[in-house]
Amino acid sequence: MAQTGSIGRLPAQKAMTFGEMGLSVAAVISAVLWVYITANAWTPEYAFHAGLFALASVVTVFLIVNRYQARPAELPTQEINGKPNYNFGPVKFSTIAAMFWGIAGFLVGLIIALQLAYPELNLGLPWTSFGRLRPLHTSAVVFAFGGNVLLACSFYVVQRTCHARLAGDLAPWFVVLGYNFFIVIAGTGYLLGITQGKEYAEPEWYSDLWLTIVWVTYFIVFLATIIKRKEPHIYVANWFFLAFILTIAVLHLGNNTTIPVSIFSSKSYIVWSGVQDAMIQWWYGHNAVGFFLTAGFLAIMYYFIPKRAERPVYSYRLSIIHFWALIFMYIWAGPHHLHYTALPDWAQTLGMTFSIMLWMPSWGGMINGLMTLSGAWDKLRTDPVLRMLVVSVAFYGMSTFEGPLMSVKAVNSLSHYTDWTVGHVHSGALGWVGYVSFGAIYCLVPWLWNKPKLYSLKLVNWHFWISTLGIVCYISAMWVAGIMQGLMWRAYTALGFLEYSFLETVEAMHPFYIIRAFGGGLFLAGALIMVWNLYKTIVMPAEEIEARITPSLVPAE
Amino acid sequence: MSLWNKHAIFEKNPILLLIGVLIVISIGGLVEIAPLFYLKSTIEKVEGVRPYTPLELAGRNIYVREGCYNCHSQMIRALRDEVERYGHYSLAAESMYDHPFQWGSKRNGPDLARVGNKYSDDWHRRHLVNPRAVVAGSIMPAYSWLAKNDVDLAHIDQHMKVLAMEGVPYTPEMIEKASADAKAQGTDDDPGAADFMKRYPKAQARAYGEDKGRLTEADALIAYLQQLGTQVDFKLYDGKANLR
Repeated sequence: MAQTGSIGRLPAQKAMTFGEMGLSVAAVISAVLWVYITANAWTPEYAFHAGLFALASVVTVFLIVNRYQARPAELPTQEINGKPNYNFGPVKFSTIAAMFWGIAGFLVGLIIALQLAYPELNLGLPWTSFGRLRPLHTSAVVFAFGGNVLLACSFYVVQRTCHARLAGDLAPWFVVLGYNFFIVIAGTGYLLGITQGKEYAEPEWYSDLWLTIVWVTYFIVFLATIIKRKEPHIYVANWFFLAFILTIAVLHLGNNTTIPVSIFSSKSYIVWSGVQDAMIQWWYGHNAVGFFLTAGFLAIMYYFIPKRAERPVYSYRLSIIHFWALIFMYIWAGPHHLHYTALPDWAQTLGMTFSIMLWMPSWGGMINGLMTLSGAWDKLRTDPVLRMLVVSVAFYGMSTFEGPLMSVKAVNSLSHYTDWTVGHVHSGALGWVGYVSFGAIYCLVPWLWNKPKLYSLKLVNWHFWISTLGIVCYISAMWVAGIMQGLMWRAYTALGFLEYSFLETVEAMHPFYIIRAFGGGLFLAGALIMVWNLYKTIVMPAEEIEARITPSLVPAE
Repeated sequence: MSLWNKHAIFEKNPILLLIGVLIVISIGGLVEIAPLFYLKSTIEKVEGVRPYTPLELAGRNIYVREGCYNCHSQMIRALRDEVERYGHYSLAAESMYDHPFQWGSKRNGPDLARVGNKYSDDWHRRHLVNPRAVVAGSIMPAYSWLAKNDVDLAHIDQHMKVLAMEGVPYTPEMIEKASADAKAQGTDDDPGAADFMKRYPKAQARAYGEDKGRLTEADALIAYLQQLGTQVDFKLYDGKANLR
């Protein structure tokens, strides 16, 4: 609960704010609407979701009233003794949510990896079959884990770099809670068979509408915080966050333009069809990578690496070039997912050209991140958190080299539809997004919970090496599997017949699927170590942590 | 030097920064997407592509629901080995009524763009119940519940109405007769079959399941699969005229 800064003054008349009143009324209307939909839903699955919306609306009213009764008459002040009164509650919530969803997402990933090696693990049940679990995995890691990391870091960084309290009173909480509610609806929907059938955009029309409301609020909170900043310049990390939030809104609206069959049905039909739908889908899909998983996480890099290394960003000018070039070129890259398909050639060629050019701004960002360590490289020896952050940038460099390579049509003719793509995605997802997120969370938790340090740097070290081994197993297995699969599909006998049946290429994948699952298991194990470490950091009193870490100040090995 | 200093204008005005970002991110998308809606060459001129029948549409929705696109592509690329393995490369016209498209991005299983009429209905039924019973070594999950569930056709006409709004050429008559047509297509010698065939030329009307009295989700899915890639007659297709 926030403290009032008004001791000695007369307490102001306590009244509900416009926001509290407005949101309560909206929630009551929403509750009535969703109860009505629950009662008339065409399918039990949709009735379940409508019921969840109704329940969430009621809980919202309850929470607002409860909070109103508990809070002092005056809202938290913007500043305390001339220093910004930062609002870290929503940041803490998102940090914990990120850890939770991370574990859940990695676990589902491990399960589906094993299903490909041992199909019996599909269990013969609708809600545990690969086709429904795979979107659950991708959404859980990208949108649930990654999304919460982005929410936490953006809300933290924007306050710190603007020297301003987060804009809004209820709004930041609405964003983090609303976003996580979206995750619950999307995830349970996949298991129940509610999906649009568009990769990484599977949630149906009502979840999409809800996300739009949440995302616009996120955008407003972020922008309003920047507008009331005390610093004359907007810090580079915030350019990236702003571009990420804005572009994701544009992509989301463009790719999810859909007409529901009825308000009582979870089903909708996307207005685009065939080749146009394919182009719009991969304009969206590739820029979910470009803006959600790249621009957003580059913002994290631009704050946490300089902070942790205690060095300024390497080059201001490189930041400028890298920012504008990256956001300009990424948008063009989508068609490389559609090489040699029924998409017209001119679009394929454009997509390939820009994908190759994209290599340059990507490496500009990598160089800017890595060279920030100039004069602080020795810290890699003693600080495993910084090592994780730096290795994430190295993985970023690797996968942004591999990406342009795979976008070349000749290479893509081999790699497309194979596990090479899966390996490429994971070198970016595990190595870059995963590690930069872990690094940021390892920094954030002691800062947010006012602890002098992490519970154990040794455990961070274990996390680092176990998961690095996992990533290496994962991506090398997928390289071998993917390239082998591609070569087998196009292999001809001396007589000019196709040499392998499709099934033979499936069977050849088996050992690599096992190695991949092993790698994924290691990555999950590493993440579990992290959660334990962070849990201990949060619950242990600051003095005890201080006492624990003092003897460890011996020279590093 | 002066040019670098000019960037400060974006760093001091969040609204200008936003407008700058919006312009920069709009260009690529507009250039790549907008022409696909007006360039006539985008979709080939070809005979035979028709909207899905009500039963096929219900089957397609099951295909989407179960996430089949996660493992099966429906897009044969114009590459020698793919054309030999799966058949003629896919045309944009063949998916022009697909809301959403299901081209896929990964082949854990084979491409399905031309799976229609390659296997018997009986093979599909057994395969869905237990893929390893007919394909030893397959890693596909078993979809045994599809044969147990009745297909939900209660609102199929409303589905077609929405698709018609989005440009699929369903006539009012097709929408009105939707549930009768679904039954006609999934039953042997149904009295409505002749009318149905008039509305959907070259559609395949027969009992897809063993249980003649009812239409299951498996029946609908098989009806959808059995027409995939069969609508265009490639003996008559002029590839040269449609070079893009």
